[in-house]
Amino acid sequence: MIGLALDPSLALGQDAPVIDSGATAWMLTSTSLVLLMTPGLAMFYGGLVRTRNVLGTMMHAFAAMAIVGVLWAVCGYAMAFGPNVLGGWFGWDSNLVLLGGLENSVVGSDDSLVPEYVFAMFQGKFAIITPALIAGAFAERVKFLGFCVFVALWSLLVYNPLCHWVWAGDGFFYARGAIDFAGGTVVHISSGISALVAALYLGARKGYPGTAMHPNNLTMTLIGAGLLWVGWFGFNAGSAVSSGESSAHALTVTQIAASAGALSWLILEGIRHGKATSLGLASGIIAGLVVITPAADVVTPGGAIVLGALASLVSYGAIQLKTVFGYDDSLDVFGIHGCAGIFGALALTFFIRESWVTANTGEGWSVMSQFGVQAGAVGATLVYAGLATLVLVVLIEKTIGLRMSEDEQGAGMDHALHREHGYGLLNPN
Amino acid sequence: MKLVTAIIQPDKLEAVRQSLIDAEISRLTVSRCTGHGQEIPGEVDLYRGQSVVPDLLAKVRLDVACNDDFVEVAVAAIIRAARSGTGEIGDGKIFITPLEECIRIRTGERGSAAI
Repeated sequence: MIGLALDPSLALGQDAPVIDSGATAWMLTSTSLVLLMTPGLAMFYGGLVRTRNVLGTMMHAFAAMAIVGVLWAVCGYAMAFGPNVLGGWFGWDSNLVLLGGLENSVVGSDDSLVPEYVFAMFQGKFAIITPALIAGAFAERVKFLGFCVFVALWSLLVYNPLCHWVWAGDGFFYARGAIDFAGGTVVHISSGISALVAALYLGARKGYPGTAMHPNNLTMTLIGAGLLWVGWFGFNAGSAVSSGESSAHALTVTQIAASAGALSWLILEGIRHGKATSLGLASGIIAGLVVITPAADVVTPGGAIVLGALASLVSYGAIQLKTVFGYDDSLDVFGIHGCAGIFGALALTFFIRESWVTANTGEGWSVMSQFGVQAGAVGATLVYAGLATLVLVVLIEKTIGLRMSEDEQGAGMDHALHREHGYGLLNPN
Repeated sequence: MKLVTAIIQPDKLEAVRQSLIDAEISRLTVSRCTGHGQEIPGEVDLYRGQSVVPDLLAKVRLDVACNDDFVEVAVAAIIRAARSGTGEIGDGKIFITPLEECIRIRTGERGSAAI
């Protein structure tokens, strides 16, 4: 992702910049692809929960599309991409409220200008999927209203500031040279640590870990993983905000890392259990995609194989820790998104391609200096998102309530919260 | 030998199963079924804002074949876990029917020994 200090001189009419139709076409496509990831996530998560919770779980992702879709247009974009306010905590530009002032505005590098509307919508899709990712950690046990309020507040207080730090031209991380091409910190690490904090505070599902909680539909989970993989090309290659070498590079390493992650998980399961599983394959795909997200423009194809393969090992190990500590991160948001995201943001430093170093770094740059910058960005994200999430979940639980009662959990979200049923398997009529 | 058949609320299944196991009754058959007792019209489902009263409600059926000594034990275990305690209708029913014969397929054993 290029950092964007929005330049009013680029407004049409002053020197009438030429919009790059190729870049614009790719960014429109990428925006659609990234939106498709959220229904893909709904299917991925929806298949993993028990039958009685399938609709409630899928609604979490779709609700984020509704809530954040509006919030981003109202003030999210202004907070994320306006100039620094409050010491750089987030940005603010009242002209960007309700996406005002975007009428004739363009963004991008001089040879790759796209209408700012497209960029704002592309970024808005990232804002949607990030809180939707968190829902996997407290699956099967949160009230719908509490969840919706959580999404709204988390989007405003956690996502928008982090997005500003990472991708706005005057953001903390961007100014320090942190590499986060498509959202390792702002999307995956932030959602992962928030998921862990929320899961720890809310406690385990009723009956966990004693009761078997079988996925209701792994075929849907696999389809969801496939949609996520396809959508991720928009996520990573679209983050170039151009249609050329950078997007080509990002797309290539994204494909390689996802395949390597999937293959690595299969081999790992084969060695440890003697059987490969569909959920393992799907998890490996996601781990590979997460790890390459911050690194998509900078690492070599060989580096993508190594990162993807190691991401599955890291995530697999992190999921084993769940058993050791006994917490209930139901769908392994921290185990996969958090841990593969942290690993990717740090380890990318050792696989940066020479051509990127030549083009983007100056005197005094070294691998270890970059590693320090990466570690700082990862640490700041963990601390900020973790603490802010703790405040939010405590606040919501103590006021309108977030955790479902034992009886509601027993009946299932679909019936207790929504008075619907996901499947008609029981109805002979 | 008797066949104890219980129709219970779906969300009580885990508790009833555990209760039977605690009473050392581990052989049971579970089926999903639909029907209704006294509770019509009861729960309302919502589809596009329209209230729909399902004419058949989701239930779970347990079948436990047991020797005569175990019938009351099984019944007590089921009631203990399936009774909601709210006093409202809908906790379910238990039926006990004589069991003509029981055969273990693996060995061909018959009668009480096969249960």
